[in-house]
Amino acid sequence: MAETNGNNRSSVIDDTSRPIRVLVAKPGLDGHDRGAKVIARALRDAGMEVIYTGIRQTPEMIVDAAIQEDVDAILMSILSGAHMAIFPKVMELLQQNNVDDVLVAAGGILPNEDIPAIKAMGIKGCFGPGTLMEEIIRFVRENVQAKRLATEI
Amino acid sequence: MQNIVERLLNGDRRALARMVTLIEAEAPPARRYLAELHQHAGRAHIIGVTGAPGAGKSSLVTRLVRELRTRERKVGIIAVDPTSPFTGGAILGDRIRMMELAGDPNIFIRSMASRGSLGGLAASTRDVVRAMDAAGYDPVIVETVGTGQAEVEVMRTAQTVLVVVAPGMGDDIQAIKAGILEIADIFVVSKADKPGADQTVAELAMLLSLDPHRRQATWRIPVLKTSALKVQGISELVDAIQKHQVYLRESGSLAQRAQRQVQSEIQNLILQTVVKELKRVVSEEEWHTLVEDVTKRERDPYRVAAELAVRVGLKQRYCIFD
Repeated sequence: MAETNGNNRSSVIDDTSRPIRVLVAKPGLDGHDRGAKVIARALRDAGMEVIYTGIRQTPEMIVDAAIQEDVDAILMSILSGAHMAIFPKVMELLQQNNVDDVLVAAGGILPNEDIPAIKAMGIKGCFGPGTLMEEIIRFVRENVQAKRLATEI
Repeated sequence: MQNIVERLLNGDRRALARMVTLIEAEAPPARRYLAELHQHAGRAHIIGVTGAPGAGKSSLVTRLVRELRTRERKVGIIAVDPTSPFTGGAILGDRIRMMELAGDPNIFIRSMASRGSLGGLAASTRDVVRAMDAAGYDPVIVETVGTGQAEVEVMRTAQTVLVVVAPGMGDDIQAIKAGILEIADIFVVSKADKPGADQTVAELAMLLSLDPHRRQATWRIPVLKTSALKVQGISELVDAIQKHQVYLRESGSLAQRAQRQVQSEIQNLILQTVVKELKRVVSEEEWHTLVEDVTKRERDPYRVAAELAVRVGLKQRYCIFD
């Protein structure tokens, strides 16, 4: 409960006492989003604030929402196989907008041979079918930038 | 590089988004920034939208914003959803129904979790309104969590309150009850494409006719029918909102409301400061022991509160056990 007694009070911004904000996004033309909803619910139960935007999101919509909501992480779920078209576009738009402090991860049907390329885009985690919820929750907690608020954007 | 306040004032959306995060986190610089933003705010018309869960608030807001965009307004939206009292987490899903507003640089949507506040908004919603207002958004629309009968906090934040009622949500006895039905400046009967809308309009009109203050009142609360699905009644609703805005200005109510809001705002800020100071001077262990003692009835909460009040610096005479 006690506050840190820093000399420069304005730099004392406690990122750990606020809930992690996550955007769960479903890009592409997948018609069903049960998996994304299960993940959204699990993250909520882990104490996070989950912004869920529904299906058929374009890369522009995802990045626009991530900026306005100032999320700590974006989780994209995709089943249709369009990931190699959509993910680079999302990463490019983030870069164009100078968003470099947001954790990006992906889930859904991602063939093994694509994973190195996906990771090379800057997408830090790939979670296929059968992944334990605890694993995703731990991944988000451990990889979101701890000092986002203390950094000038 | 410009600081975050200047960038926000210049229309930088990321600066606005980060400002909101700082405000929500009650980060130490937030109050300093807000103090700067205060002089730039005050231009936006603040519209509150409240109603029961599933009444159609988000769909209505979406249509409302589309109409406001055709009138070339730059619109800010704050959509509040409830925080789980058990886990502290939240699912913020209002964007699902606002999908068609995506990609417009003159619309800014921010979802907020209520974070333990019970009045239908989050504790920091008013400050977030201030940030959007200063950033040039006008109007700013505040959509509350789905409300029951008592979540009336929105009336202390908004200038025009829309209470959204879906057809078939209750008989006319429900409508006479105190609470959110009393705070409406405009009633909106949503889902007018469904059966029962006319009856709901009639019931609300009946309720209004029973109001003893109505004859002296200079604003006649309209009851409007809308259908978000068929895009009906939306332009009439925007007209009514604008009419209310003019009424507020000309009748002097706007100034009155502003004064009431500032009063409660200053009181809230003082309360927050006291709570913060309390957290600073009382360690978690001590707090735990105090709570335990009171729970076991070895001590009483009144004496404990009085002692703590002195420790946060309140004068002795406010304490009842001198």
